[in-house]
Amino acid sequence: MLSVSFDEIIAKLNAGKLYDFPGGVHPEDKKLLTSQAEIQTVSLPEKLIIPIRQHVGTEGRLAISVGDRVKKGQPLTRSSHPFAIPVHAPTSGKVTEIGPHVTAHPSGLNEQAITIIPDGHDEWTSLTPLSDYTAHSSEKVVEALCDAGISGMGGAGFPTHIKASGTKKIEFMVINGVECEPYITADDRLMREHAWQVRQGTDVLAHLIKPQVIIIAIEDNKPEALKAMQIACQDSADIRVVSVPTKYPAGGEKQLIQVLTGREVPRDGLPADIGVLMFNVGTCYAIADAIFQGKPLVERVVTVTGEAVEKPCNVWALIGTPVNHLLKEAGYNPTKQAQPQVVMGGPMMGFTLNDADVPVVKITNCLLVPASGELIDEDNERPCIRCSACADACPASLLPQQLFWHAKAHEYDKAQEYNLFDCIECGACAYVCPSEIPLVHYYRQAKSSIRQQRDEKARAEKARERFEARKARLEREKIEREEKHRRAKEARENKTPAGSSKDKVAAALARAKAKRAGKEENNTEQDQSATQTDKQAKVAAAVARAKAKKAGGQQSDSKDNQDRSDNVADEKKQQVAAAVARAKAKKTQRDSKSAPDKNSAASEENSSAQSENRATDEVSTQSAEDSKKQRVAAAVARAKAKKAQRDSKSAPDKSSPSGIAKR
Amino acid sequence: MSLTVALIAIGLLALIFGLVLGYASIKFKVEGDPLVDQIDEILPQTQCGQCGYPGCRPYAEAIANGDEINKCPPGGEATIKQLADLMGVEAKPLDAAHGEEDEKKVAFIREDECIGCTKCIQACPVDAILGAAKHMHTVITDECTGCDLCVDPCPVDCIDMVPVSPTTTSWTWDFDKTPKGDIPIKMVS
Ligand code: SF4
Ligand code: SF4
Ligand code: SF4
Ligand code: SF4
Repeated sequence: MLSVSFDEIIAKLNAGKLYDFPGGVHPEDKKLLTSQAEIQTVSLPEKLIIPIRQHVGTEGRLAISVGDRVKKGQPLTRSSHPFAIPVHAPTSGKVTEIGPHVTAHPSGLNEQAITIIPDGHDEWTSLTPLSDYTAHSSEKVVEALCDAGISGMGGAGFPTHIKASGTKKIEFMVINGVECEPYITADDRLMREHAWQVRQGTDVLAHLIKPQVIIIAIEDNKPEALKAMQIACQDSADIRVVSVPTKYPAGGEKQLIQVLTGREVPRDGLPADIGVLMFNVGTCYAIADAIFQGKPLVERVVTVTGEAVEKPCNVWALIGTPVNHLLKEAGYNPTKQAQPQVVMGGPMMGFTLNDADVPVVKITNCLLVPASGELIDEDNERPCIRCSACADACPASLLPQQLFWHAKAHEYDKAQEYNLFDCIECGACAYVCPSEIPLVHYYRQAKSSIRQQRDEKARAEKARERFEARKARLEREKIEREEKHRRAKEARENKTPAGSSKDKVAAALARAKAKRAGKEENNTEQDQSATQTDKQAKVAAAVARAKAKKAGGQQSDSKDNQDRSDNVADEKKQQVAAAVARAKAKKTQRDSKSAPDKNSAASEENSSAQSENRATDEVSTQSAEDSKKQRVAAAVARAKAKKAQRDSKSAPDKSSPSGIAKR
Repeated sequence: MSLTVALIAIGLLALIFGLVLGYASIKFKVEGDPLVDQIDEILPQTQCGQCGYPGCRPYAEAIANGDEINKCPPGGEATIKQLADLMGVEAKPLDAAHGEEDEKKVAFIREDECIGCTKCIQACPVDAILGAAKHMHTVITDECTGCDLCVDPCPVDCIDMVPVSPTTTSWTWDFDKTPKGDIPIKMVS
């Protein structure tokens, strides 16, 4: 599709007209539950749990340890990695734990998190505002944003400083205040109460990005917010506050861009590729906090709503506040729910929590506590009737029923042919589906499985490379060894004076080698007589032995040497054998403790360990060849004992099913 | 006379077409992925040798020469299915003689018990173990394929195979493996 030109878009905006995106739905918005009350502050929770990773990208390194006292706003992690942004202490207190804790993720799995017990003083660390940001280089401002831990507060939590430091030319900077999902009013209240600060954050971003036009987009079901933003921005000719028709999901990044500019974000592309950047109003607010007051991102507005809370409201929640604390503040009434259910995020794109101890994170905009019957959540999936209602509703012009079909059958190639990865998981299709198929769930499953397969493929590829590199290395070493042998042999053969210069060089080399070897042997002799147990002597002896071996039988005078070094080597062997025996004894103990019926195997092993000891004792007194044989025999015996033990362990399990089968 | 002309003409035509086809077959030769490469691509590259061959590629060569496709336990059913598709044969269950499909594991060395004998390094097919003689050894978890080959050579039995627990990034929306939680989506209106 041809991109719509800048002038065309401006003309249309001037005329007060907008484009549209395909599909979309109109769910009941239920925003009145919370939109009329001011944002409230809540009491300090008993503990705060701050997951180290709160955004896409990698986590930083810990900058504190358990037991440390931290002040509010103190960074808890730091990193030089561009995709890692720090998290900060949300209040002053003591770090009591760093470890896995259930995190704000649909899986309900644990992630590394820092637990802080507040001391109640809420004491700020020293802050360094950058109020005169226009006087500083943009690098400095971007760095300040990164240090303040600011990531997108609307969607996936993309680090803001990366978005703001792109090099592509930006025509439109869009501030997203659409908030199209039902129930949620956090951005609405923020714009109404803090319009000026949102404007300030917008100015900072405009300074960094230098767009031609700034558009603040607000859905037309929020007239007060629209008004407030218009007043806050009336002195700036560059900023347009635009009212967007209410339709879910108009707040989706791609959809909003399409509504405002008529341009479509290319597949595998970014909005910046078509000259657009988008930020959430909450992010703008946080940016203003960071630049003008130096405050890092430690709190955000969260809508606590649903019919199962007595006082639905918007609250300023510290990052890390456990969900149950906010529920308590809002008057959670468990009698209204058949079974406890809390949804993090809105009803369309949120996920049900499995633990009320989950902390609020930077992207948590809503906690929805529905009364029974408020949302349909029982499993009532029926077969697809091919009504194509989902295709009509899909804002990405996909064919949800085909995607569903292939995702369910695990035909991921075909699902990808139907552009599975263009799906924004908005849930519009599932909302209209008369068969109540949880379509998005199937898409998410398919997407994550495909991603995992890709990862596995990459890992397999890496393993292959390493395997081949290793093979090549072994091959190379072998050739080198052979080459050395050959050269040594040649040197020996050419010991008689030869005419060619090459032979001379070889002879010289051989002489030098012989000299060095001789010296070392002398050294070792002295060392050995001085201290038999000396470690260095052992190493030297080993070297000497290797050399002697290499030199072959032709140096008969080194026999004494060889014997002695073998003695030393045997000593070492004995040590190892002793360690083995110790480990075995340990294991036997463990085994006999845990399973009395395994005793026979254990005792067998015991005896083998003893005999091994005996073997190693003998080894030291015997000649080198014999000892080698013995060692091999001992190793074989050991392996056999090991195997016997294993067999006896698994035998009873194995025999019983086969007995059944025979019957 | 006309017969000779016809014969010559047809002979000439045959010659020309023959030349053209011969040229085309050289010039436009399709660099088809050799079968062994394609099979190797599917195999999991664990290099564990459970198939009875010294690595994945030798097994790929064996399959190309007609060996069974169900001898790779780490790959499991998924690999067998893919191989069946590629080879155009019937997929069959994993040959139990070579082992069972197991959850993914990586090696872990109990480091204070390691005596530094370097035996495990020599056994590891992908050089995933770091260490030097008489020094503590450790496994580079990211590179370990979980092939199990380092466990037996260790004289002091200090290597364990530990299962890889799922993380939030590797989780595939499988609620059987975690407590419940799903999108509500459908609203009563
Ligand atoms: S969830 Fe995906 S398929 Fe369904 S309507 Fe939204 S974009 Fe379309
Ligand atoms: S809306 Fe539901 S029933 Fe209708 S075609 Fe789509 S998936 Fe099938
Ligand atoms: S570390 Fe052990 S289990 Fe891992 S790849 Fe190497 S030999 Fe196999
Ligand atoms: S085989 Fe065992 S003892 Fe030897 S280096 Fe490896 S881990 Fe250490």
